[in-house]
Amino acid sequence: MFDLTPAEWTAVALSLRIAVVATACALPFGIAIGWLLARTNFWGKSVLDGIVFLPLVMPPVVTGYLLLIWFGRKAPIGAFLDSHFGIVFSFRWTGAALACGIMGFPLMVRPIRLALEAIDRKLEDAAATLGANRPWVFLTVTLPLALPGIIAGVVLCFARALGEFGATITFVSNIPGETQTISSLIYTLTQVPGGDAAAGRLVLIAIVLAFAALFASEWLARRATVRFHGE
Amino acid sequence: MLTVDVEKQLGALKLAVRFDAARGVTALFGPSGAGKTSVVNMIAGRRIDVPPHQRRIGYVFQEGRLFPHLSVRQNLDYGRRMSGRPRQAAEFERIVALLDIGHLLERRPRMLSGGERQRVAVGRALLMGPRLLLLDEPLASLDAGHKREILPYLVRLRDDAGIPMVYVSHTAAEVRRIATTVVRLDAGKVVAAGGLDLLKDADVDGLD
Repeated sequence: MFDLTPAEWTAVALSLRIAVVATACALPFGIAIGWLLARTNFWGKSVLDGIVFLPLVMPPVVTGYLLLIWFGRKAPIGAFLDSHFGIVFSFRWTGAALACGIMGFPLMVRPIRLALEAIDRKLEDAAATLGANRPWVFLTVTLPLALPGIIAGVVLCFARALGEFGATITFVSNIPGETQTISSLIYTLTQVPGGDAAAGRLVLIAIVLAFAALFASEWLARRATVRFHGE
Repeated sequence: MLTVDVEKQLGALKLAVRFDAARGVTALFGPSGAGKTSVVNMIAGRRIDVPPHQRRIGYVFQEGRLFPHLSVRQNLDYGRRMSGRPRQAAEFERIVALLDIGHLLERRPRMLSGGERQRVAVGRALLMGPRLLLLDEPLASLDAGHKREILPYLVRLRDDAGIPMVYVSHTAAEVRRIATTVVRLDAGKVVAAGGLDLLKDADVDGLD
Protein backbone atom coordinates (compact mmCIF):
# COMPACT_ATOMS: atom_id res chain seq x y z
CA MET A 1 0.00 0.00 0.00
CA PHE A 2 2.80 2.41 0.92
CA ASP A 3 4.91 1.34 -2.03
CA LEU A 4 5.93 4.88 -2.86
CA THR A 5 8.40 6.02 -5.46
CA PRO A 6 11.39 8.08 -4.28
CA ALA A 7 9.77 11.24 -5.63
CA GLU A 8 6.65 10.52 -3.62
CA TRP A 9 8.67 9.88 -0.44
CA THR A 10 10.45 13.16 -1.02
CA ALA A 11 7.14 14.97 -1.14
CA VAL A 12 5.96 13.27 2.07
CA ALA A 13 9.19 14.07 3.92
CA LEU A 14 9.15 17.61 2.63
CA SER A 15 5.54 18.11 3.73
CA LEU A 16 6.37 16.94 7.23
CA ARG A 17 9.46 19.12 7.41
CA ILE A 18 7.57 22.19 6.20
CA ALA A 19 4.67 21.60 8.61
CA VAL A 20 6.98 21.04 11.60
CA VAL A 21 9.11 24.11 10.87
CA ALA A 22 6.04 26.26 10.16
CA THR A 23 4.37 25.23 13.42
CA ALA A 24 7.51 25.58 15.52
CA CYS A 25 8.24 29.06 14.16
CA ALA A 26 4.61 30.15 14.54
CA LEU A 27 4.34 29.00 18.17
CA PRO A 28 6.20 31.85 19.95
CA PHE A 29 4.27 34.38 17.89
CA GLY A 30 1.04 32.50 18.53
CA ILE A 31 1.57 32.64 22.29
CA ALA A 32 2.58 36.32 22.18
CA ILE A 33 -0.39 37.39 20.03
CA GLY A 34 -2.77 35.16 22.00
CA TRP A 35 -1.55 36.81 25.19
CA LEU A 36 -1.92 40.32 23.75
CA LEU A 37 -5.47 39.56 22.63
CA ALA A 38 -6.45 37.83 25.87
CA ARG A 39 -4.83 40.10 28.43
CA THR A 40 -4.30 43.57 27.12
CA ASN A 41 -6.32 46.43 25.78
CA PHE A 42 -4.76 48.80 23.35
CA TRP A 43 -5.73 51.04 20.51
CA GLY A 44 -6.02 48.97 17.34
CA LYS A 45 -6.61 45.67 19.09
CA SER A 46 -9.57 44.83 16.88
CA VAL A 47 -7.41 45.59 13.84
CA LEU A 48 -4.75 43.15 15.05
CA ASP A 49 -7.47 40.60 15.75
CA GLY A 50 -8.71 41.07 12.20
CA ILE A 51 -5.28 40.79 10.59
CA VAL A 52 -4.53 37.58 12.48
CA PHE A 53 -7.75 36.04 11.20
CA LEU A 54 -7.49 37.28 7.63
CA PRO A 55 -5.71 34.17 6.28
CA LEU A 56 -8.63 32.10 7.50
CA VAL A 57 -11.22 34.06 5.55
CA MET A 58 -9.28 35.25 2.50
CA PRO A 59 -8.84 32.97 -0.51
CA PRO A 60 -5.48 31.20 0.05
CA VAL A 61 -4.34 32.32 -3.38
CA VAL A 62 -4.65 35.93 -2.21
CA THR A 63 -2.44 35.23 0.79
CA GLY A 64 0.04 33.52 -1.53
CA TYR A 65 0.02 36.45 -3.91
CA LEU A 66 0.57 38.96 -1.09
CA LEU A 67 3.51 36.87 0.11
CA LEU A 68 4.87 36.86 -3.42
CA ILE A 69 4.82 40.63 -3.77
CA TRP A 70 6.23 41.24 -0.24
CA PHE A 71 8.59 38.35 0.32
CA GLY A 72 9.82 37.68 -3.23
CA ARG A 73 13.53 38.11 -3.81
CA LYS A 74 13.14 41.57 -5.33
CA ALA A 75 10.26 42.55 -3.08
CA PRO A 76 10.84 44.99 -0.17
CA ILE A 77 10.79 42.56 2.79
CA GLY A 78 12.25 39.66 0.84
CA ALA A 79 15.22 41.72 -0.43
CA PHE A 80 15.90 43.05 3.07
CA LEU A 81 15.89 39.58 4.65
CA ASP A 82 18.09 38.25 1.87
CA SER A 83 20.76 40.95 2.09
CA HIS A 84 20.85 41.22 5.92
CA PHE A 85 20.20 37.69 7.13
CA GLY A 86 20.67 35.55 4.04
CA ILE A 87 17.11 34.26 4.39
CA VAL A 88 15.45 33.56 1.04
CA PHE A 89 11.80 32.56 0.81
CA SER A 90 10.92 32.67 -2.85
CA PHE A 91 10.80 29.25 -4.53
CA ARG A 92 12.42 27.59 -1.51
CA TRP A 93 10.96 25.19 1.04
CA THR A 94 11.40 27.97 3.63
CA GLY A 95 8.86 30.00 1.66
CA ALA A 96 6.47 27.08 1.78
CA ALA A 97 6.95 26.96 5.56
CA LEU A 98 6.24 30.71 5.77
CA ALA A 99 3.04 30.34 3.75
CA CYS A 100 1.91 27.32 5.81
CA GLY A 101 2.73 29.06 9.10
CA ILE A 102 0.69 32.10 8.13
CA MET A 103 -2.23 29.99 6.95
CA GLY A 104 -2.21 27.97 10.19
CA PHE A 105 -1.65 30.97 12.46
CA PRO A 106 -5.30 31.93 13.11
CA LEU A 107 -6.08 28.35 14.03
CA MET A 108 -3.20 28.40 16.48
CA VAL A 109 -3.97 31.76 18.09
CA ARG A 110 -7.63 31.11 18.82
CA PRO A 111 -7.36 28.21 21.29
CA ILE A 112 -4.32 29.77 22.95
CA ARG A 113 -6.23 33.00 23.46
CA LEU A 114 -9.25 31.16 24.87
CA ALA A 115 -7.06 29.15 27.23
CA LEU A 116 -5.33 32.30 28.49
CA GLU A 117 -8.68 34.00 29.03
CA ALA A 118 -9.93 31.04 31.04
CA ILE A 119 -7.04 31.09 33.53
CA ASP A 120 -7.91 32.19 37.06
CA ARG A 121 -5.84 35.35 37.45
CA LYS A 122 -5.95 34.92 41.22
CA LEU A 123 -3.47 32.07 40.84
CA GLU A 124 -1.03 34.50 39.24
CA ASP A 125 -1.54 36.91 42.14
CA ALA A 126 -0.83 34.06 44.54
CA ALA A 127 2.40 33.27 42.68
CA ALA A 128 3.45 36.92 42.99
CA THR A 129 2.93 36.87 46.77
CA LEU A 130 5.20 33.81 46.87
CA GLY A 131 8.05 35.80 45.37
CA ALA A 132 7.69 35.12 41.65
CA ASN A 133 8.33 38.10 39.39
CA ARG A 134 6.25 38.55 36.24
CA PRO A 135 8.31 36.46 33.81
CA TRP A 136 8.42 33.61 36.33
CA VAL A 137 4.69 33.86 36.99
CA PHE A 138 4.17 33.53 33.25
CA LEU A 139 6.52 30.57 32.89
CA THR A 140 5.50 28.61 35.97
CA VAL A 141 1.78 29.37 36.24
CA THR A 142 0.27 30.98 33.14
CA LEU A 143 1.95 28.84 30.50
CA PRO A 144 1.39 25.44 32.16
CA LEU A 145 -2.25 26.27 32.85
CA ALA A 146 -2.74 27.26 29.20
CA LEU A 147 -1.04 24.09 27.96
CA PRO A 148 -4.18 22.25 26.79
CA GLY A 149 -5.05 25.27 24.63
CA ILE A 150 -1.49 25.52 23.35
CA ILE A 151 -1.52 21.86 22.37
CA ALA A 152 -4.81 22.31 20.54
CA GLY A 153 -3.40 25.34 18.72
CA VAL A 154 -0.23 23.49 17.73
CA VAL A 155 -2.12 20.52 16.34
CA LEU A 156 -4.58 22.65 14.37
CA CYS A 157 -1.77 24.72 12.91
CA PHE A 158 0.24 21.59 12.07
CA ALA A 159 -2.71 19.95 10.35
CA ARG A 160 -3.45 23.10 8.39
CA ALA A 161 0.22 23.43 7.40
CA LEU A 162 0.36 19.81 6.28
CA GLY A 163 -2.56 20.27 3.94
CA GLU A 164 -1.87 23.80 2.73
CA PHE A 165 -2.07 24.13 -1.03
CA GLY A 166 -3.29 27.45 -2.44
CA ALA A 167 -0.99 29.95 -0.73
CA THR A 168 2.03 27.66 -1.05
CA ILE A 169 1.70 26.94 -4.76
CA THR A 170 1.05 30.63 -5.49
CA PHE A 171 4.03 31.83 -3.49
CA VAL A 172 6.71 29.18 -4.11
CA SER A 173 5.28 27.15 -6.98
CA ASN A 174 5.48 23.37 -7.28
CA ILE A 175 9.12 22.37 -7.56
CA PRO A 176 9.92 18.68 -6.96
CA GLY A 177 12.31 18.27 -4.03
CA GLU A 178 12.04 21.91 -2.99
CA THR A 179 8.43 23.02 -2.67
CA GLN A 180 6.43 20.06 -3.92
CA THR A 181 4.41 18.87 -0.93
CA ILE A 182 1.92 15.99 -0.76
CA SER A 183 -0.89 18.33 -1.75
CA SER A 184 0.84 19.84 -4.75
CA LEU A 185 2.12 16.44 -5.91
CA ILE A 186 -1.42 15.04 -5.76
CA TYR A 187 -2.51 18.02 -7.81
CA THR A 188 0.27 17.38 -10.36
CA LEU A 189 -0.57 13.68 -10.58
CA THR A 190 -4.21 14.38 -11.30
CA GLN A 191 -3.10 16.52 -14.24
CA VAL A 192 -1.15 13.78 -16.00
CA PRO A 193 -2.55 10.65 -17.66
CA GLY A 194 -2.15 7.51 -15.53
CA GLY A 195 -1.36 9.42 -12.37
CA ASP A 196 -4.41 8.14 -10.49
CA ALA A 197 -2.72 5.23 -8.71
CA ALA A 198 0.06 7.39 -7.33
CA ALA A 199 -2.40 10.10 -6.35
CA GLY A 200 -4.46 7.45 -4.53
CA ARG A 201 -1.42 6.32 -2.51
CA LEU A 202 -0.66 9.90 -1.48
CA VAL A 203 -4.26 10.53 -0.56
CA LEU A 204 -4.06 7.56 1.79
CA ILE A 205 -0.88 8.92 3.32
CA ALA A 206 -2.52 12.31 3.82
CA ILE A 207 -5.46 10.68 5.59
CA VAL A 208 -3.16 8.63 7.82
CA LEU A 209 -1.13 11.71 8.76
CA ALA A 210 -4.27 13.69 9.55
CA PHE A 211 -5.58 10.93 11.80
CA ALA A 212 -2.22 10.56 13.53
CA ALA A 213 -2.16 14.29 14.30
CA LEU A 214 -5.71 14.14 15.60
CA PHE A 215 -5.03 11.18 17.89
CA ALA A 216 -1.80 12.69 19.13
CA SER A 217 -3.60 15.87 20.10
CA GLU A 218 -6.41 14.00 21.83
CA TRP A 219 -3.88 11.99 23.79
CA LEU A 220 -1.75 15.00 24.74
CA ALA A 221 -4.76 17.09 25.73
CA ARG A 222 -6.15 14.30 27.87
CA ARG A 223 -2.81 13.86 29.61
CA ALA A 224 -2.55 17.57 30.30
CA THR A 225 -6.10 17.74 31.62
CA VAL A 226 -5.63 14.73 33.89
CA ARG A 227 -2.42 16.22 35.20
CA PHE A 228 -4.03 19.52 36.11
CA HIS A 229 -7.52 18.63 37.10
CA GLY A 230 -7.47 15.05 38.30
CA GLU A 231 -9.05 12.07 36.61
CA MET B 1 6.75 44.52 66.08
CA LEU B 2 5.25 45.74 62.86
CA THR B 3 3.39 49.00 62.51
CA VAL B 4 0.76 49.21 59.85
CA ASP B 5 -0.28 52.68 58.82
CA VAL B 6 -2.24 52.87 55.61
CA GLU B 7 -4.49 55.41 54.02
CA LYS B 8 -6.39 55.14 50.76
CA GLN B 9 -9.52 56.30 49.07
CA LEU B 10 -11.41 53.29 47.74
CA GLY B 11 -14.48 54.49 45.93
CA ALA B 12 -16.83 55.85 48.56
CA LEU B 13 -14.80 54.31 51.38
CA LYS B 14 -12.02 56.36 52.94
CA LEU B 15 -9.58 53.87 54.38
CA ALA B 16 -7.35 55.16 57.20
CA VAL B 17 -6.00 52.42 59.40
CA ARG B 18 -3.14 52.35 61.88
CA PHE B 19 -2.27 49.55 64.25
CA ASP B 20 0.66 47.61 65.66
CA ALA B 21 1.05 43.93 64.92
CA ALA B 22 3.11 42.39 67.69
CA ARG B 23 4.21 38.77 68.04
CA GLY B 24 1.22 36.50 67.99
CA VAL B 25 -1.96 36.97 66.04
CA THR B 26 -3.51 40.34 65.35
CA ALA B 27 -7.08 39.90 64.24
CA LEU B 28 -8.62 42.42 61.89
CA PHE B 29 -12.23 42.10 62.88
CA GLY B 30 -15.27 43.82 61.52
CA PRO B 31 -18.32 43.50 59.29
CA SER B 32 -18.13 42.83 55.57
CA GLY B 33 -17.16 45.97 53.69
CA ALA B 34 -15.25 47.46 56.60
CA GLY B 35 -12.04 47.40 54.54
CA LYS B 36 -10.32 44.40 56.13
CA THR B 37 -9.22 42.74 52.92
CA SER B 38 -8.16 46.09 51.47
CA VAL B 39 -5.84 46.66 54.42
CA VAL B 40 -4.33 43.21 53.98
CA ASN B 41 -3.88 43.75 50.26
CA MET B 42 -2.06 46.98 50.95
CA ILE B 43 0.25 45.26 53.40
CA ALA B 44 0.89 42.55 50.82
CA GLY B 45 1.85 45.21 48.33
CA ARG B 46 -0.85 44.56 45.84
CA ARG B 47 -1.95 48.17 45.84
CA ILE B 48 1.28 50.04 46.41
CA ASP B 49 4.44 50.60 44.50
CA VAL B 50 6.76 47.92 45.84
CA PRO B 51 6.29 44.81 43.68
CA PRO B 52 4.68 42.01 45.68
CA HIS B 53 7.46 39.57 44.88
CA GLN B 54 9.97 41.64 46.83
CA ARG B 55 8.16 41.89 50.14
CA ARG B 56 8.43 38.44 51.69
CA ILE B 57 4.99 38.57 53.19
CA GLY B 58 3.15 35.26 53.33
CA TYR B 59 -0.45 35.42 52.19
CA VAL B 60 -3.10 32.79 52.79
CA PHE B 61 -6.14 33.43 50.65
CA GLN B 62 -9.77 32.67 51.37
CA GLU B 63 -9.92 30.08 48.60
CA GLY B 64 -6.44 28.65 49.08
CA ARG B 65 -5.34 29.27 45.50
CA LEU B 66 -3.10 26.22 45.27
CA PHE B 67 -1.60 25.71 41.82
CA PRO B 68 -3.65 22.95 40.21
CA HIS B 69 -0.86 21.82 37.88
CA LEU B 70 1.61 21.19 40.70
CA SER B 71 1.68 18.51 43.38
CA VAL B 72 1.33 19.49 47.03
CA ARG B 73 5.09 19.15 47.43
CA GLN B 74 5.75 21.43 44.46
CA ASN B 75 3.19 23.91 45.78
CA LEU B 76 4.96 23.97 49.14
CA ASP B 77 8.32 24.40 47.42
CA TYR B 78 7.19 27.16 45.07
CA GLY B 79 8.12 30.16 47.23
CA ARG B 80 11.58 28.80 48.00
CA ARG B 81 12.26 28.06 44.33
CA MET B 82 11.12 31.49 43.21
CA SER B 83 13.39 33.25 45.68
CA GLY B 84 16.28 30.95 44.77
CA ARG B 85 17.01 29.90 48.33
CA PRO B 86 18.66 26.53 48.98
CA ARG B 87 16.51 23.59 50.03
CA GLN B 88 16.17 23.33 53.80
CA ALA B 89 14.95 19.86 54.56
CA ALA B 90 14.62 20.39 58.33
CA GLU B 91 12.42 23.46 57.93
CA PHE B 92 10.30 21.68 55.32
CA GLU B 93 9.83 18.66 57.61
CA ARG B 94 9.00 20.84 60.59
CA ILE B 95 6.23 22.73 58.80
CA VAL B 96 4.87 19.61 57.12
CA ALA B 97 4.66 17.99 60.55
CA LEU B 98 3.18 21.08 62.17
CA LEU B 99 0.33 21.10 59.66
CA ASP B 100 0.13 17.33 59.44
CA ILE B 101 0.25 17.22 55.65
CA GLY B 102 3.02 14.66 55.15
CA HIS B 103 0.66 12.08 53.67
CA LEU B 104 -0.59 14.54 51.03
CA LEU B 105 2.72 15.54 49.45
CA GLU B 106 2.39 13.65 46.18
CA ARG B 107 -1.27 14.52 45.57
CA ARG B 108 -2.71 17.17 43.32
CA PRO B 109 -4.72 19.97 44.97
CA ARG B 110 -7.84 18.69 43.20
CA MET B 111 -7.65 15.53 45.30
CA LEU B 112 -7.64 17.35 48.65
CA SER B 113 -10.52 18.22 50.96
CA GLY B 114 -11.21 21.89 51.69
CA GLY B 115 -9.50 21.70 55.08
CA GLU B 116 -6.44 19.93 53.67
CA ARG B 117 -6.21 22.51 50.92
CA GLN B 118 -6.12 25.37 53.42
CA ARG B 119 -3.47 23.62 55.52
CA VAL B 120 -1.30 23.24 52.41
CA ALA B 121 -1.92 26.91 51.57
CA VAL B 122 -0.73 27.89 55.06
CA GLY B 123 2.33 25.66 54.65
CA ARG B 124 3.12 27.14 51.26
CA ALA B 125 3.01 30.67 52.69
CA LEU B 126 5.19 29.67 55.67
CA LEU B 127 7.82 27.94 53.54
CA MET B 128 8.63 31.10 51.61
CA GLY B 129 10.22 32.31 54.87
CA PRO B 130 7.91 35.26 55.48
CA ARG B 131 8.49 38.08 57.94
CA LEU B 132 4.75 38.38 58.38
CA LEU B 133 1.88 36.05 57.62
CA LEU B 134 -1.43 37.40 56.37
CA LEU B 135 -4.51 35.20 56.58
CA ASP B 136 -7.54 36.60 54.79
CA GLU B 137 -10.60 34.76 56.10
CA PRO B 138 -8.81 31.43 55.65
CA LEU B 139 -11.83 29.52 56.97
CA ALA B 140 -14.54 31.37 55.10
CA SER B 141 -14.88 28.83 52.30
CA LEU B 142 -15.01 25.83 54.67
CA ASP B 143 -18.00 24.20 56.32
CA ALA B 144 -18.26 24.10 60.12
CA GLY B 145 -16.63 20.67 60.40
CA HIS B 146 -13.58 21.67 58.43
CA LYS B 147 -13.33 24.91 60.37
CA ARG B 148 -13.10 22.97 63.59
CA GLU B 149 -10.52 20.72 61.95
CA ILE B 150 -8.19 23.50 60.89
CA LEU B 151 -8.37 25.92 63.83
CA PRO B 152 -6.15 23.82 66.12
CA TYR B 153 -3.43 23.92 63.45
CA LEU B 154 -3.60 27.70 63.31
CA VAL B 155 -3.41 27.90 67.10
CA ARG B 156 -0.38 25.61 67.03
CA LEU B 157 1.14 27.77 64.35
CA ARG B 158 0.64 30.87 66.49
CA ASP B 159 2.35 29.22 69.45
CA ASP B 160 5.21 27.51 67.55
CA ALA B 161 6.15 29.46 64.46
CA GLY B 162 7.01 32.80 66.04
CA ILE B 163 5.97 34.76 62.97
CA PRO B 164 3.63 37.69 63.51
CA MET B 165 0.27 36.97 61.91
CA VAL B 166 -2.53 39.26 60.76
CA TYR B 167 -5.79 37.38 60.69
CA VAL B 168 -8.83 38.79 58.91
CA SER B 169 -12.24 37.59 59.99
CA HIS B 170 -15.78 38.71 60.60
CA THR B 171 -16.51 35.74 62.86
CA ALA B 172 -16.14 36.52 66.57
CA ALA B 173 -15.88 32.88 67.64
CA GLU B 174 -13.01 32.30 65.24
CA VAL B 175 -11.16 35.39 66.40
CA ARG B 176 -11.63 34.41 70.04
CA ARG B 177 -9.88 31.10 69.42
CA ILE B 178 -6.89 32.42 67.51
CA ALA B 179 -6.19 36.10 68.24
CA THR B 180 -3.90 37.65 70.80
CA THR B 181 -4.72 41.21 69.76
CA VAL B 182 -7.93 42.47 68.23
CA VAL B 183 -8.28 45.47 65.90
CA ARG B 184 -11.90 46.28 65.19
CA LEU B 185 -12.58 47.96 61.89
CA ASP B 186 -15.70 49.67 60.69
CA ALA B 187 -16.18 51.76 57.54
CA GLY B 188 -12.45 51.97 56.91
CA LYS B 189 -11.52 53.15 60.42
CA VAL B 190 -10.10 51.47 63.50
CA VAL B 191 -12.88 51.73 66.09
CA ALA B 192 -11.06 49.85 68.82
CA ALA B 193 -7.80 47.98 69.41
CA GLY B 194 -6.82 45.82 72.34
CA GLY B 195 -7.32 42.39 73.85
CA LEU B 196 -9.92 39.72 73.38
CA ASP B 197 -12.33 41.55 75.70
CA LEU B 198 -13.16 43.74 72.70
CA LEU B 199 -15.20 40.84 71.38
CA LYS B 200 -17.58 40.82 74.34
CA ASP B 201 -20.38 42.66 72.63
CA ALA B 202 -19.80 41.06 69.23
CA ASP B 203 -22.37 38.62 67.98
CA VAL B 204 -21.41 35.05 68.59
CA ASP B 205 -22.00 33.05 65.46
CA GLY B 206 -21.86 29.38 66.15
CA LEU B 207 -18.48 27.83 65.75
CA ASP B 208 -17.72 26.11 69.04
